[in-house]
Amino acid sequence: MNGVRELTILQVALAYVFVLIVLAIVRARGIRREKEILLASVRMTIQLVLVGYLLVYVFENPNPFITVGIIILMEVFAVFTVFRKFKGRLSGALKRVIAVSISSGTLLCLFYFLLVVVRISPWYDPQYFIPIAGMIVGNSMTGISLGVKSLTDGMTVQKASVEEALILGAAPQEAVRDILNTTFDSAIMPTINSMLGMGIVFLPGMMTGQILSGTLPTTAIAYQIAIMLGIFGSVALCVILTIQLGIRTFFNKEQQLR
Amino acid sequence: MFRFDSVTFLDILRVPSLTIESGRITSLLGASGSGKTTLLRMLNKMVSPTLGEIFYKDRPLREIDSVLHRREVLMLSQTPVMFEGSVRDNLLAGLRFRKEVYPEDAVLSAMLERVRLDKPLSEPVEKLSGGEKQRLALGRVLLLDAPVYLMDEPSSSLDEDTATAVIDRITACVREKNKTLVLVTHSGAVANKYSDDIVEIRNKVAERRGV
Repeated sequence: MNGVRELTILQVALAYVFVLIVLAIVRARGIRREKEILLASVRMTIQLVLVGYLLVYVFENPNPFITVGIIILMEVFAVFTVFRKFKGRLSGALKRVIAVSISSGTLLCLFYFLLVVVRISPWYDPQYFIPIAGMIVGNSMTGISLGVKSLTDGMTVQKASVEEALILGAAPQEAVRDILNTTFDSAIMPTINSMLGMGIVFLPGMMTGQILSGTLPTTAIAYQIAIMLGIFGSVALCVILTIQLGIRTFFNKEQQLR
Repeated sequence: MFRFDSVTFLDILRVPSLTIESGRITSLLGASGSGKTTLLRMLNKMVSPTLGEIFYKDRPLREIDSVLHRREVLMLSQTPVMFEGSVRDNLLAGLRFRKEVYPEDAVLSAMLERVRLDKPLSEPVEKLSGGEKQRLALGRVLLLDAPVYLMDEPSSSLDEDTATAVIDRITACVREKNKTLVLVTHSGAVANKYSDDIVEIRNKVAERRGV
């Protein structure tokens, strides 16, 4: 295999030609998006440069506290990203459910993946821990966002049906069965679809990255299969936790709708 | 059967003292928005009083399991809520939610006849008119054969003839099987014609009134 072809700053700068072309086009057509395009490009650059240096430091100085600190930061960021997306539409109880579901679901899958599947040593090895945690937490966050949207929408739109079911003598979990099934579906479908298309429609980012950096494609694929299953498990676990715990927040202890 | 002891629900309704007798038909009279539905929903524990206590067969309602209570004290909502599917699916909805065995189609057809709904069991519910849905919802709760029925304006979207026929049948069935019925109505005539007892809500206070 060839080694990595290093990119010089000049080469990276050449890639900005794409941004310049798009800027020229939107300006010519009078689509007022110059500011957003510039901001996104600059932010992406600065964020990645900082993360790059941070990772170099962390990889050279492996330390369990730093690894744990980073995973906590990721979890907090994921939880607040979901909160921000549903600003003002989540009850305090549902927020607690989301925080508990994301962190317990992802951590469980992450540790199983690292310690049982990949078997890294030491357990906090940042080179594996951080990128894999990023993928698992990121995908689970997206799944939970979709799930929470479907759950809150379902409980609003179908409130009359849920109430009628209760009146007819349904236990709360029977009254919301359809909503929960739809919620699980809409949260998990994107992950299932990406597994279906994988390798045919697109080559996933992690695999592409490994191949570009000189890893054998077969090794890269083994990792990709494993991580995809890990992501699937984590998304499913997080969504199931959110649904099962979350639906209770819509009822009080007298089995009435709040 | 039911006893109210200094009950308040938010600032919507007060029930200082009230008894609803077993085996009788009680009408709940009052202007629209007076809190009739709220009173009904307290009886089947869809809402609980803010203050005070309601007793069912001398047991405080808050000590009784809500789901089991709602199966015994069955309410017919004012606006019929239909579930996706056919007339049959909707007739069976209560049994489905309770995970009970379904009766044969002959029983279902007989029920449709009883509520004067001339539709095939396979008809999709979205093709039904408002009045037909109301009768289907009635058939659905009658099929569950509860000892206590709460009915919230069961004839509000029916024409006069059908309304009379339907209420006649409901009350006849209640008397025959010695069930208890609480009937919400805004019509004094209906209340006088069918009920043994009348409870009237005035100025947010519910009190028994002479028949």
